[in-house]
Amino acid sequence: MKFSPDDTIFWQNDFVTINLTLVTTWALMLILVIGAKSITSKLTSGIQISRWQCVVEIIVTTINSQIKEVGLNKPEKYIGFIGSLFLFIAFANLCIIFPGFTPPTASLSTTAALSISVLLAVPFYGIEKAGIGGYLKTYLQPTWIMLPFNLISEITRTLALAVRLFGNVMSGGMIVAILLTIAPFLFPVIMNVLGLLTGMVQAYIFSILATVYIASALQAEAIKQH
Amino acid sequence: MQISWFTVIAQIINFLVLVWLLKRFLYKPVLKAIDDREKKIVERLEEAELQKTAAKKEKDEFAKKNADFDRTKSELMESAVLETNRQKELLTEDALIAVDKLQAKRQKYLTETAEKFSISIAEKAQQEVFDISRRVLKDLASVRLEDQVASLFVSQIQELEGEAKSQFISSFKSTSSTLLVQSAFELTGGQQQGITQAVDEILGIKQTFQFKTSPEMISGIELTGNGYKLEWNISAYLDALHSSVKEMSKREMESEQKSVKDKVNVNGN
Repeated sequence: MKFSPDDTIFWQNDFVTINLTLVTTWALMLILVIGAKSITSKLTSGIQISRWQCVVEIIVTTINSQIKEVGLNKPEKYIGFIGSLFLFIAFANLCIIFPGFTPPTASLSTTAALSISVLLAVPFYGIEKAGIGGYLKTYLQPTWIMLPFNLISEITRTLALAVRLFGNVMSGGMIVAILLTIAPFLFPVIMNVLGLLTGMVQAYIFSILATVYIASALQAEAIKQH
Repeated sequence: MQISWFTVIAQIINFLVLVWLLKRFLYKPVLKAIDDREKKIVERLEEAELQKTAAKKEKDEFAKKNADFDRTKSELMESAVLETNRQKELLTEDALIAVDKLQAKRQKYLTETAEKFSISIAEKAQQEVFDISRRVLKDLASVRLEDQVASLFVSQIQELEGEAKSQFISSFKSTSSTLLVQSAFELTGGQQQGITQAVDEILGIKQTFQFKTSPEMISGIELTGNGYKLEWNISAYLDALHSSVKEMSKREMESEQKSVKDKVNVNGN
């Protein structure tokens, strides 16, 4: 039994490995981008809009409002990163309804990559706003003694993000696979539905936590400035 | 359960590419479309507000125009009523004048008609009376009546007094021509002698007489000469009758005119 799509390797040359995780990620990216392009190429700013445009607008405005609710005042600036996180994870988790599909989020490499992206995004936005010095000083808040704890906090939350998503998605797929062997037909379907729900919740949690981390970094800087 | 670091790096790159692509093809166009729509809605709302303001202005203007129109209408109505009343008074006045004229004309016509009628009646009555009298006298004519007439004529000559007598004398005495005696009947010798004697007595001279019979005279005798005439006949009585009839006719006509005038006044009111 393969626990991760990383184990399904299509091509390997020394360090470079093309595995199922990468292939499904590319496929998902392709579908997302082509879908987005095909919908947005027919966008109109009039009162009468198409159903797809309406759906896309609902998704985008909902993400925007969620970012704003967390505390980021200019959601347009962060929607690229946070919205892509949500859409990618949600779309990947949604595709588990296709039989035999293993989402890339069931790979610890993918979840680690996304967590590292969040880990890098937090200082990126912090530095963008307050400069390097200003951002680094936040690690010394409220006193310099807190520096190791702040650093540990950065690392642990990144780990927590990666493992939480991986654990949930991988376990969901695993449970379905195990149940198929002992109780086929109806029960795995119910579990799959539950897996869909879990996948959506995880996508939401991941993107919201990323937003919270970025917002906390920016607000710590803002409080310090005041 | 191992981490493939190549996969991690590749996934980070993949994710960053996805972020860039979605930002370019999804978020930016969608947010732009939403912003544009919001702008359009705001513009439309502003435009609607402007139109509302303009509509309110137009409504106020219309209401003002309506009020002006109503005022003008009532003013025109009042002036039309005044003008109508004035015209009515003028027309009534004209009609009254016309009625008066017609009334006067009618009055005149009635008066003329009454006069004509009266004259006609009088003439007719006179004519009738004359005809009747003539017929009666003709029928009654006899020697005795003729004697009586001749005797009356003689008495008339003899009873002349004052002015009439002096006029009689001066007229007949100065003339040398023959005095003409006309009578409706042929005078007898005695009657002719009686008349001759009576005249001669008054004049004191003898005159020559010519006796002539005129049947158109009604039982009368006429003495003419030198432009003077003395007569006796029934015409005098007939003239008195004529005057009496005329007076009666006049009174009748006046009472009729009065009744017509009263009737016209009642109709006018």
